[in-house]
Amino acid sequence: MNDQITRRLSLPISNDGILDLHVGDPILLSGVIITGRDAVHKWLFDTFINKTRLPEGDDLKVYNAMKSILDGGVLYHCGPVVSRLDNGEYQFIAAGPTTSMREEPYQAEIMRNFNLKGVIGKGGMGAKTLAACHEVPAVYFHAVGGAAALIAETVKSVLSVHKLEFGAPEAIWVIEVIDFPVVVTMDAHGFSLHAEVRARSRDMLEKLIKS
Amino acid sequence: MRDLTREILELIRLTSTDLPAAVENKIRKAIENEAAGSIAKGALETICKNIELTRKNTVPICQDTGTPIFYVKYPEGWSQRRLIDQIKTAVAEATNLSFMRPNAVDTLSGANTGNNLGDQFFPTIHFEEIDGGVLTIDLMLKGGGCENVGAQYDLPDDRLHAGRDLEGVRKVVLDAVHQAQGEGCAPGFLGVAIGGDRGTSFAASKKALLRPIEHKNENNELAALEKRITDEANQLGIGPMGFSGNTTVLETRIITAHRLPASFFVSVSYMCWAFRHRKMTVQDGQALYE
Repeated sequence: MNDQITRRLSLPISNDGILDLHVGDPILLSGVIITGRDAVHKWLFDTFINKTRLPEGDDLKVYNAMKSILDGGVLYHCGPVVSRLDNGEYQFIAAGPTTSMREEPYQAEIMRNFNLKGVIGKGGMGAKTLAACHEVPAVYFHAVGGAAALIAETVKSVLSVHKLEFGAPEAIWVIEVIDFPVVVTMDAHGFSLHAEVRARSRDMLEKLIKS
Repeated sequence: MRDLTREILELIRLTSTDLPAAVENKIRKAIENEAAGSIAKGALETICKNIELTRKNTVPICQDTGTPIFYVKYPEGWSQRRLIDQIKTAVAEATNLSFMRPNAVDTLSGANTGNNLGDQFFPTIHFEEIDGGVLTIDLMLKGGGCENVGAQYDLPDDRLHAGRDLEGVRKVVLDAVHQAQGEGCAPGFLGVAIGGDRGTSFAASKKALLRPIEHKNENNELAALEKRITDEANQLGIGPMGFSGNTTVLETRIITAHRLPASFFVSVSYMCWAFRHRKMTVQDGQALYE
């Protein structure tokens, strides 16, 4: 995974485009993406996948708005700092990734439901999501945790916001990004850098504990 | 009593947007230890670019501005109630100015208060009355990702063959680093408390992080253990962001707390690379920041 040449990728992404990606590839993503984290995943799962609650308020409207963007698109695990300008428009101030593993119970079903081509986050995800990456197909894009201002600069505009009642960090922000820097760490071919690093570091831990 | 609201607001701005040079230097040195062209090196370079950018533009280093944890040391005669009011006013104003993300969420309803002011537990404020005439406030902003990978062990731990000694402490702390993988935004700083009850142990592990980077542990045995844990954590090969690499932990700080005969807790507070900690000293009417 060394010395890879950074490639540019525009959304939406085709299946062929996804199959072309491998663990370790650095990518600059451009296009319209949607943020969603803990509250959004639970809301989507309970209302539209597991259906343990009925849609209410603007639920259906928001879901339909998300569908067209997420079909072939990506979801970003992010709770940004957003500032409201005098003209009423929003501006992203700081927008690094949040830990993705918390969405592991929901992610695979949400990927299948929307035909998501990827999620952006940090820390990687587990076996269920990796299996969905293979099946859909899709990939996991890793952004640099804490590189919040740098990533916010790639956000060219905030197109809309839904579910602001979840709170600004948990809301669904529809944004246009140009050259958002990420690295593929889980691909559609069944490889996960995170599973590999976890296994290797487990072997070393056992050695260090015995010494 | 003097009103310190403006000075505390400046403390928050500085802590959120301007990473201390000692932390930045540690990260810059780590770049040299990663292989040329590796994604681990690329991640550290991105981190350094972000540090420069936020300092220049006065914007948060990380969108998760975390739990604001204040440590106030005040001379006799200051009012804790008024200091709490001033801290709260400064926190709300800092949120309004986007130095902080609104982060206080009602646990049951999920409603965000919008201004970082919650109940009696949020923000966290520790008070200590001290001799002399100098007031100091340390502020640490600790994000949720790294807080979530914190861990507490109850020794002996049979799974890890960890007994009630420093060797046992070493084993469980390495296990905590392994469990964390890259999820705490490695490379991180480890605050470790040995002893206490469950509550004081975790609180002490955070306090351990306040020790200035250049200060050595006064206990030589613990100083040696700190170094060994850092070295061995780096041998795990987890690397920046968990991408694999040579830098997983930048520093370890150990603190001890008296315990009950029945208990032997080891608590690990993991602090991400964005170790946002600043200190304000108020003396002779002047506020100084470090």
